[in-house]
Amino acid sequence: MASNTSNAANNDVLLEIRGLRIDGMRDEKWHEIVKGIDLTLHRGEVLGLIGESGAGKSTLGIAAMGYVKPGCRFSGGSITFDGIDMIAASEEKKQALRGMRIAYVAQSAAASFNPAHKLIEQFAEIPLQHQKSNKAEAYADAKDLYGKLLLPDPNRIGFRYPHQVSGGQLQRAMTAMAMSCRPDLIIFDEPTTALDVTTQIEVLMTMKDIVEKFNTAAIYITHDLAVVAQMADRIMVLRYGELVEEAPTRIMLANPKQDYTKSLWAVRSFRKTPALNLGQNDNQPIISVQNVTAAYGSLDILHEISFNLYRGQTVSVVGESGSGKSTTARVITGLLPARLGEVLFQGQALPKDYRQRSKDQLRQVQMIYQMADTAINPRQRIRDIIGRPLSFYLGMNAKQCEERTRELLDMIELKPDQFIDRFPSELSGGQKQRICIARALAAEPTCIICDEVTSALDQLVAEGILRLLDRLQRELNLAYMFITHDLATVKAISDDVVVMLKGRIVEQGSKDDIFSPPYPEYTEKLLSSVPQMDPDWMRNLLAKRS
Amino acid sequence: MLSILRLTLQRLGLGVLVLFVVSLIIFLGVELLPGDLCQAIQGQSATESTVAACRKDLGLDQSAPTRYVHWLQGIVKGDFGKSLANGRQISELISVRLQNTFFLAIVAAVIAVPLSLTLGILAALYRNSWFDRTINVFTLSSISFPEFFVAYILILVFSVKLGWFPSLSDVSPDTPFFERLYKVFLPALTLTLVVMAHMMRMTRAAIINLMASPYIEMAKFKGLSRGRIILHHALPNAWAPIVNVVALNLAYLIVGVVIVEVVFVYPGLGQLIVDSVQKRDIPVVQACSIIFAATYVVLNLTADILSIATNPRLLHPR
Repeated sequence: MASNTSNAANNDVLLEIRGLRIDGMRDEKWHEIVKGIDLTLHRGEVLGLIGESGAGKSTLGIAAMGYVKPGCRFSGGSITFDGIDMIAASEEKKQALRGMRIAYVAQSAAASFNPAHKLIEQFAEIPLQHQKSNKAEAYADAKDLYGKLLLPDPNRIGFRYPHQVSGGQLQRAMTAMAMSCRPDLIIFDEPTTALDVTTQIEVLMTMKDIVEKFNTAAIYITHDLAVVAQMADRIMVLRYGELVEEAPTRIMLANPKQDYTKSLWAVRSFRKTPALNLGQNDNQPIISVQNVTAAYGSLDILHEISFNLYRGQTVSVVGESGSGKSTTARVITGLLPARLGEVLFQGQALPKDYRQRSKDQLRQVQMIYQMADTAINPRQRIRDIIGRPLSFYLGMNAKQCEERTRELLDMIELKPDQFIDRFPSELSGGQKQRICIARALAAEPTCIICDEVTSALDQLVAEGILRLLDRLQRELNLAYMFITHDLATVKAISDDVVVMLKGRIVEQGSKDDIFSPPYPEYTEKLLSSVPQMDPDWMRNLLAKRS
Repeated sequence: MLSILRLTLQRLGLGVLVLFVVSLIIFLGVELLPGDLCQAIQGQSATESTVAACRKDLGLDQSAPTRYVHWLQGIVKGDFGKSLANGRQISELISVRLQNTFFLAIVAAVIAVPLSLTLGILAALYRNSWFDRTINVFTLSSISFPEFFVAYILILVFSVKLGWFPSLSDVSPDTPFFERLYKVFLPALTLTLVVMAHMMRMTRAAIINLMASPYIEMAKFKGLSRGRIILHHALPNAWAPIVNVVALNLAYLIVGVVIVEVVFVYPGLGQLIVDSVQKRDIPVVQACSIIFAATYVVLNLTADILSIATNPRLLHPR
């Protein structure tokens, strides 16, 4: 594959990046965020860029358009797109290339479509701006592409506003928009990260299909290995703005060389130690949700939900967005009083509204949220954040609080002396989530509800959190209700699984039962939609489903 | 569309409620003033019988709630009662003045609104350029000086030195349109300078605020021109804050003109209210207050409805 050996191969190169350095402004100083990266992309090739947040993959991706975000600058190296120097080119020249020859598909289609205009208007303005076609031609082409991307009712869907179509449809409409001028290169920047797993696969299939159809080169940026395995011909692994490893997809998957790459590959192998008292399900459950129906306003969101939580065990509640997972948590904590049904704590009915619960009842059930950033007060020190439940629930004085806070920090594997006086802004994402765990533990609960606690974290960090939660569960005999949409996490951490769809439980049982055939229809669809590390997985699935 | 209609009706109902409360406050405020109106009017010459006769004449011998109801009934029919100073019908007195005030406000608005929006958009388009800085310095300075100061500077330059425009805006009902326009030019210019900064800076800020949003970044990645990005992608989403500030300033053009009218001796509602306060002509003051309140309510209502109507989520529900 050495591209510099023959002229023929060289002519085939579409994008060539050599020794690229990009600085970002942080704390009034320039820091290097891309540290001398080489990248070569051939016509029609799909290159996967993979890495954790902060690896510089998005920065590198949009740099291919000769663009850096405000507060960033090019500080070295070169970017050559089809013979054009993309750093030195004038703004006019870059503008003429963007949308026309290099297109971009963003992570959040909902935020990246202008809410004030119809989809097809936003499609047509690209060919009109670049004087590629007139309005009628552009509209006809849009409808054709909408059809190719399997959007429902392709002749009319373009005349809707962005808020009138679903997330998965928007993402496909954005891919269509990127295709409007038949560019040579498309940059996909985490295009399916915000989508549900069943939606993701539909979007991935159509994206792959259209890129192949028009022989478009693509840079596919993601943190999800299994996704990139389906999409890319070649994979580059990035970390801290540097290249870790680069190889064709199959070789990379089969035989990763660097330790860091191997650790990324290994994340999915974590399995919790099975609960010891699995056989004791005839014990009284710590929390029992019984026939709960709950509503926002007059609209029922949950329909007759029933399940149990036992000490020392984890129940995963899994489903797509809008399936009622978080609402269930709100009912248990009393934030949303159930309309019908009851929540029992050790056999005793809890008051429906948290305002009527005693301090002790409140203490027993604690929550950890997805966004640690918004769940802790940025103006409080760690000692105050963890100390608050100690003094509130347990009536500890200042000295006892300090002692206990240190113990708790030890439990979550953060050094007390180092962390106790820090502010949240001085912590990483994973550390903040650990603080949230410590705060929940401070109340000495018997049950903790974890609402998507690892979804916003990188895989390696998320794995650390899962291991910590697992250890704490064994040590403290805690019951977890683990809300997630990620089936890999479910496999890793659960004893029992509850599958939800549109406010109803469609299946529940032990993890082994759920994850072994025969599956009910929805669980089957959910499970089969989870991308596998096998590069042929999507093609095989497509063949099977059609 | 149905939801917009419902929201509009809701706001309309609220507006009426606000006006009712305002009328109550105005009436109570006047009730709370110390002293007896008739005694104040007659001064030294007041005797018990003449004061009683005067009170009966003005209906002051009735209880406060009864008088309030009568006053309110009158207002609803457009009858504000009689002036104490000269016994003329207040509605008659006000209508000419009100027309003059509206005329001045409209002239000022026709200059100020398009000018500030254009300048705001241009300032956002060429952010941090010399043009942006100049515009900012200019509008901020003009809003920082007191109105009468701006007015006198304009008089000094345009009527004393250059002699282009008159320093007195003494229009009468039979002044022809173009002469009227010529005469109100300086007060209108003063008002323009006073209200421009607010609207221009809001337009600039609303657009710049949106420039960081993902769909604007996407528009850049689509290779769209800068003008199209601002006019077609940022502006339609910036209407709500802009419309609200415009409405607030339009209201100011009507209710805040007192000083400008006094400086240019312009026979508007502001002049009337100042005169009436001096003469203790309370029914006239009450009537003017209600009109000012109504102006505020109507303009804010319009702004509310416009900002709702420019929201695509409400305009095109799922």
